[in-house]
Amino acid sequence: MNGISQMWKNISGLWSLIVGLKITGKYFVCPQVTVHYPRKTVDNLSTFRGPVELVASDNDPTKPKCIVCLQCAGACPSGCLTVAAKPAPKPTAEEIKAKKEAEAKGEKVKKAAPKELGTFRYDFTLCSLCGTCVDTCPVGSLQFSSDAYLASRNKEDFVYDLLARLADQAKGIKSGSSQSKE
Amino acid sequence: MNIGPITVPIELVRIMVAILAFSLFIGLNGVILVWLERKVAGHVQRRPGPYEVGPHGLLQPVADALKLIGKQLFIPKGADKILFWAAPILSFLPVFLLLIPMPFGPKLFALDVDLGLLLILAFAGVNVLAICLAGWSSRNKWSLLGAARAVSQCVAYEIPMLLSLLSVAFMEGTLNLTQIVNQQEPWLWNIVYQPLAFIIFFVCAVAETNRCPFDLPEAESELTAGFHTEYSGMAFSMFMLAEYSYIIVVCCVATAVFLGGWHGPFYPGSWWFLGKVYALILVFMWLRWTYPRVRFDQLLNINWKWLLPLSLLNLFVTAFLVKVL
Repeated sequence: MNGISQMWKNISGLWSLIVGLKITGKYFVCPQVTVHYPRKTVDNLSTFRGPVELVASDNDPTKPKCIVCLQCAGACPSGCLTVAAKPAPKPTAEEIKAKKEAEAKGEKVKKAAPKELGTFRYDFTLCSLCGTCVDTCPVGSLQFSSDAYLASRNKEDFVYDLLARLADQAKGIKSGSSQSKE
Repeated sequence: MNIGPITVPIELVRIMVAILAFSLFIGLNGVILVWLERKVAGHVQRRPGPYEVGPHGLLQPVADALKLIGKQLFIPKGADKILFWAAPILSFLPVFLLLIPMPFGPKLFALDVDLGLLLILAFAGVNVLAICLAGWSSRNKWSLLGAARAVSQCVAYEIPMLLSLLSVAFMEGTLNLTQIVNQQEPWLWNIVYQPLAFIIFFVCAVAETNRCPFDLPEAESELTAGFHTEYSGMAFSMFMLAEYSYIIVVCCVATAVFLGGWHGPFYPGSWWFLGKVYALILVFMWLRWTYPRVRFDQLLNINWKWLLPLSLLNLFVTAFLVKVL
């Protein structure tokens, strides 16, 4: 009996062959899902994690939210971020004197102005898009861009100056170093 | 026929013209089937397939052929030179012989051979020899393993294939393909009387032509490319052309023997024959892109435990019915 039930199992299993043919046959007549790239481009890039870029602050689109805490540069495992503050304006001799006098009097002294971002260099050739910098930033000044179409013959094209990019974006220029050549 | 002082038998002229026509047919089919195969593969996986060269990628196989012609013919160190180059030619040449008795239309055939079916079955075996030689002479373990698989597979699957065709031959009382087609009615084809034989023949045909899911002699994931691992350029394309030609041959045989050849419910003619052949080829491709490759023990089990007993049973029942009715 065991042999016969085994045989029946084999014969009934043939149905799965028809099921397989039905699936591929259905796909054969279904519309294609791929995009013919140079002629068409995809439109669902909002979830794409492209090279990181700076986020503009709420009141000034040319200035980033960045507070130059350097946490992103420290967190980056590949060391592709170079962040530096603008050198603070050197106080003149009179200012120093006035400050010292005020301190001597016991008045409240206005502290130095908050640091301002001077350079934000981002070497995309080293970046592994892990997103640690985006997660680390305490003020949310970094985000993934949606630059999906990156191509260049030049390695230097992928070393971005993100501050200049932000300024371009504020002016309404679609930026991204490799595209800017076109 | 008289050409000047020499007398040439008319059959010879027929054969020469037919061989010329077959060269064209095979070459054209090679191009079309490569394109079709890739298009079918693409659409089954919901992508366009070749698209850039020519309209809908139609010129892609031509570009591929040019590339293959331009490639260096390379022979591995220590390989058997004569057998190595003989194998692709030996694989390709019998195709002409196999097409000679094929009845493409009521009047369209190279020669009306009385033992046409036997001729096809006999010379189809040469391909196995070619594959064996290719694997043996390449001095490569993948090639040798592929050849060993090809031989055991083709030898095994030839038996049920023969038996299933034999049951039709019993019914029709002839091995002449033209007569077999003539004896079928416009709608009542032999497949109606012999459905099991047709299924067995079709499965065996897939195995005989080394097509997926029975493509073990050239299983890419196990044997690199199997018996043609060491072949490059035109030598490889000869194998490929031969493979596609054998698909055409088995589909032609299936059409003539089981599907009524050029008969159709209206306007009987060669177009019916070619239409059925291409429909069968499409089914071949459909199978290829649906099923995964079977294991080698499974492959032989299907043959020895299922197809062979079933085809024997079919043959006995047919013989009995032919005798009684």
